[in-house]
Amino acid sequence: MSALHDLTARDAAARVRRREVSATELTRAALSRITAVEPQVGAILTICEREALAAAEIIDRRVAAGEDPGLLAGVPVGLKDNICTAGIRTTASSRILEAFVPPYDATVAARLQQAGAVLVGKLNCDEFAMGSSTENAALGVTRNPWDPERVAGGSSGGSAAAVAAREVHASLGSDTGGSIRLPASFCGVVGMKPTYGRVSRYGVIAFASSLDQVGPLARDVGDAALVLQAIAGHDPADGTSSQRPVPSYVAALEGGVRGLRLGLPREYFVEGMQPDVEASVRAAVRTLEAQGATVEPVSLPHTEYAIATYYLITSAEASSNLARYDGVRYGLRAAGGGTLAEMYERSRAAGFGPEVKRRIMLGTYALSAGYYDAYYLKAQQVRTLIRRDFEQAFAHVDALIAPVAPSTAFRLGERVDDPLTMYLSDILTISLNLAGLPGISLPCGLDAAGLPIGLQLIGKAFDEATLLRIAAAYEAASDWTARSPIP
Amino acid sequence: MAITREQVRRVASLARLRLEPDEEERLTADLDHILAAFTRLEALDTTGIEPMAHVEDVPVPMRDDAVTNPPAGDGLLVNAPARDGRLFRVPKIIE
Repeated sequence: MSALHDLTARDAAARVRRREVSATELTRAALSRITAVEPQVGAILTICEREALAAAEIIDRRVAAGEDPGLLAGVPVGLKDNICTAGIRTTASSRILEAFVPPYDATVAARLQQAGAVLVGKLNCDEFAMGSSTENAALGVTRNPWDPERVAGGSSGGSAAAVAAREVHASLGSDTGGSIRLPASFCGVVGMKPTYGRVSRYGVIAFASSLDQVGPLARDVGDAALVLQAIAGHDPADGTSSQRPVPSYVAALEGGVRGLRLGLPREYFVEGMQPDVEASVRAAVRTLEAQGATVEPVSLPHTEYAIATYYLITSAEASSNLARYDGVRYGLRAAGGGTLAEMYERSRAAGFGPEVKRRIMLGTYALSAGYYDAYYLKAQQVRTLIRRDFEQAFAHVDALIAPVAPSTAFRLGERVDDPLTMYLSDILTISLNLAGLPGISLPCGLDAAGLPIGLQLIGKAFDEATLLRIAAAYEAASDWTARSPIP
Repeated sequence: MAITREQVRRVASLARLRLEPDEEERLTADLDHILAAFTRLEALDTTGIEPMAHVEDVPVPMRDDAVTNPPAGDGLLVNAPARDGRLFRVPKIIE
């Protein structure tokens, strides 16, 4: 039998239900795996050992009493540290929230707990989810488990690295412009960004509210489906969460791809793309064709405007959302006297890191008098055109297939001093956030340096099931998922 | 267009951020560089295109006018940087 920390989430949960292993044993195995590999990965900001063992004991008692312990019974999981957890520090990887202990759970945290999952750690990310490498993190460095000199991707870098390093069986991240899919791609795991409104945002620290969405990172497609099943669905506490019924994602895995039409967006095979990334993605396309899918070229003509549109809109929303950090009700207050206004300015200056300040400045500028029409309103109009591109493509095809990023994981420090180059890391992931659509990243190869390459599937709104079905068919025909870089 | 140091100071003041001189210099260069790259939007004709503020067209949901959250207790105050009993404490506002 393989080590407990190597089990998929659904295998682990099945064994707990069959009483072959206890939730406590799984939790202890995860905690000892964390002790062994965390020094080289740095995925976790807060290890919740005491709370995890207490939660596992409750699951074990429920199993012993013959109760249904849930879909994810006893499965050790981690949450990106922008997801609020009652009584457990939640920092958004920011100095301004370094000591913040939420009085309540985010809906997604509560739903995972109701499904029987055991929270073992809060995971590192870029500060307030602003970044593509988890280097804009004030409280720790996360390294790619495949190569410690490389980034894990971002902003949910800890969520991807912890799953890849087998510290947790699955995790949650958030994706505003690629923050689940990019790190999933860089770390060789499966990551899904659901349709805007599919998953509650209640208790998730806001970055750009019209795009933010929570989703799973997992070792394979089946686990991603299971975790999505546990968190999806309407939440009265989030007015933007959809009332649409949630289908069975687990059942969707069986369908195969025969007869499905896949679109290859020509703008997503960009100049300067790493050649082995393009080769692996095109090989994956051929694999799906061999399974019975048809593939045709499509065009998303406004793709070249997506970066500017995305950074103007998200920075504007962020500058507004982050106005709440004022040193009054919670968060850091800078020491020293002075007026209320001086206290605000000094607290925010001390609490926010350079990238967060840059985005607040960009957003405040784009919203300020005299520039609003030229930047913010213009970006909102282009957002409409970007959405129309997708609507036109989806008139012909069931899903789009593309790379996740133009390259594999880059080196730590390589792009950190050049914000615009860092923003370009998101070029293939941000458009679907602007349109509100779902996307999934799954491993489809290794480059010449042995680093994972990600395949991206983009779906129609609320059609996560088709994406999972295609992903499962590809996974069954390839052997890239479920590899671990650290023995 | 070029972003000036004066504009950066004005925006920082709107955003309630106190910037050190080296941060001001860096942000002036960064915003100039970023916004220069974003000028490509100007070339795109968006006459008559509706701005999109949100993905879903569904109206804001209404609910009954009933209190559903528990009374605000100590939980709201435990993270306060400074408090005075059941109040948040702030620097003096009126001289």
